[in-house]
Amino acid sequence: MTRGRAFPAALFVALVIVLAFLTLPIVAIFVRSSPGELVAALDDPGVLDALWLSLRTTLIALAIIVLVGTPAAYALATRSFRGKAIVTTLVELPLVLPPAVAGIGLLAALGPAGIVGGAIEDAGVRLALETAGVVVALTFVAAPFFIRGAQVAFASVDRTWLEASRTLGASEARTFLRVAIPAAAPGMLAGLALAWGRAVGEFGATLIFAGSFRGRTQTAPLAIYERLGTDFTAALALAAVLVVVSASLLLTAKLVGGSQVADVAR
Amino acid sequence: MLRVEARTTLGAFTLDAAIEAPAGGCLAIAGPSGSGKSTLLRIAAGLLRPAAGRVTWHDEVWLDTATRRDVASELRGCGYVFQDYALFGHMQVWQNVAYGLRNLSRAERRSRADELLGRFGIEDLATAKPRTLSGGERQRVALARALAVAPRALLLDEPLSALDARTRASASRELAAVLRDADVPALLVTHDFTEAAVLGDRVAVIDGGRIVQEGTPGELAAAPASAFVADFTGAVVLTGVAHAGAGGLTVVELDGGGSATSTDRRTGPVALSVHPWEISLQAAGAAGGGSAQNRLQAEVVTVTRIGNRVRVGLAAPQPLVAEITGAAVDGLHLVPGTPVTASWKATATRLVSM
Repeated sequence: MTRGRAFPAALFVALVIVLAFLTLPIVAIFVRSSPGELVAALDDPGVLDALWLSLRTTLIALAIIVLVGTPAAYALATRSFRGKAIVTTLVELPLVLPPAVAGIGLLAALGPAGIVGGAIEDAGVRLALETAGVVVALTFVAAPFFIRGAQVAFASVDRTWLEASRTLGASEARTFLRVAIPAAAPGMLAGLALAWGRAVGEFGATLIFAGSFRGRTQTAPLAIYERLGTDFTAALALAAVLVVVSASLLLTAKLVGGSQVADVAR
Repeated sequence: MLRVEARTTLGAFTLDAAIEAPAGGCLAIAGPSGSGKSTLLRIAAGLLRPAAGRVTWHDEVWLDTATRRDVASELRGCGYVFQDYALFGHMQVWQNVAYGLRNLSRAERRSRADELLGRFGIEDLATAKPRTLSGGERQRVALARALAVAPRALLLDEPLSALDARTRASASRELAAVLRDADVPALLVTHDFTEAAVLGDRVAVIDGGRIVQEGTPGELAAAPASAFVADFTGAVVLTGVAHAGAGGLTVVELDGGGSATSTDRRTGPVALSVHPWEISLQAAGAAGGGSAQNRLQAEVVTVTRIGNRVRVGLAAPQPLVAEITGAAVDGLHLVPGTPVTASWKATATRLVSM
């Protein structure tokens, strides 16, 4: 091998190692047990409960995130105010926060002995160790993914579109609904897919804040953990479902995120 | 009547200007880029609030920083045409045009949009997406959209600058017709004096955030208040009607009397332009001769020295301006009131259809 070919070859070898290392576990999930065994393992009430709970809690969390996060992202994208950089950083913090830290933080804030948890319980709402607590944990860890995506999408909407809308008689609220959101929709959807992916995989914060009670707080990742020692095939079957869901969400994010570029370029 | 007075600082730039578009007429705000002309439009539309200022439309006050009155953009009813047209990319053409229409059924909005698109000859583009349109088509959609709301004033930000040279001539003609028909005060921003002269009833020249001179296009060209205005106004602009003449030349019957010849081929209403340094002066009554085809009788109005040149403003049926040397001024004893003959070559005479 001559010197001129060594470096390209090294690049190629590195890429092969990365690919093999990153895909091997995913491949293993599908080949360790036969497809028939995986499908059969899914037909277990506990497994189905976990999947159903994951679907419900992630959808409720996403609804909350979209409802509150969209206007918040719009404010960050279109307004300038003192301390905006700090606000943006604080909103992004959960992206890098260890999930266990998020769970402890949620307990300390909203748990029965938390700084505002008492007031919430007095109002008759119990979060810790309840399904509602799962939603809170998912919302906490997933919201920044959506808000960041939406903020970038709103910021890339041509400002003169918003101004044109105003001169055509639309209030700022109407401009937000009729121009800003449709124009930013692809970027918002991409952010939403990433947020959903993060919520589906949430483990640490949920375990610490909401616990792992079957049918109440045991989402699919928690169910996988519980079955590791007892029913490895069921754990694999759940894992396979999550792989398919996560891969679909990633693909969605890439597809709609890609078409956004073309849309913005008009 | 739309009046804008504003004083505001944007970064290192200070705008301090007052302008007024007459009722049913168009004031062109002309100046180089960065002179603050678009900022004035944004203030008029309520898209930007100046540190201090007043915007009034007839006797309605839209903005008065002294009394903290500030009518929201959406309530001012200005038809705004943005420089890059700002068409909504996620909507079809007709939806763009119908965007400002309220309290109508979808069918009524569609038919009103089609009617406006028809007026601009682009009704077949109703269901197209803006990104598939040419520059000229986008400009028409933007105009149709601004007119759909029956605007109380028209604000046009460089409406022709995004167009190629060929499209610009026809778009300029259409725009002039729109401005005539609209019968509302209009402010038009441009960096091109000829465009300002063709489209504006009056022209305000702005530089460095200040209005340096305001008047009819002829007044500005003939008696520029400063060297900047003189340089900026550049060509003399005369209007008239062109028809084919002998020898393949075009004869323009000038509005107000007189005629001129050009090598450009045009027919119908035209704007004729000639550079002041192409125009030479002779004592009135001196014999013709020479190669200049165009000769107009005029009277000296102003004599302005600009560096080593002298700009001579002339009263003819339409104002003219010639740039000659100081020696020539002295030789001809030119003072205000002196009758002269202005002449220039047909080959130096440019025609633009109106």
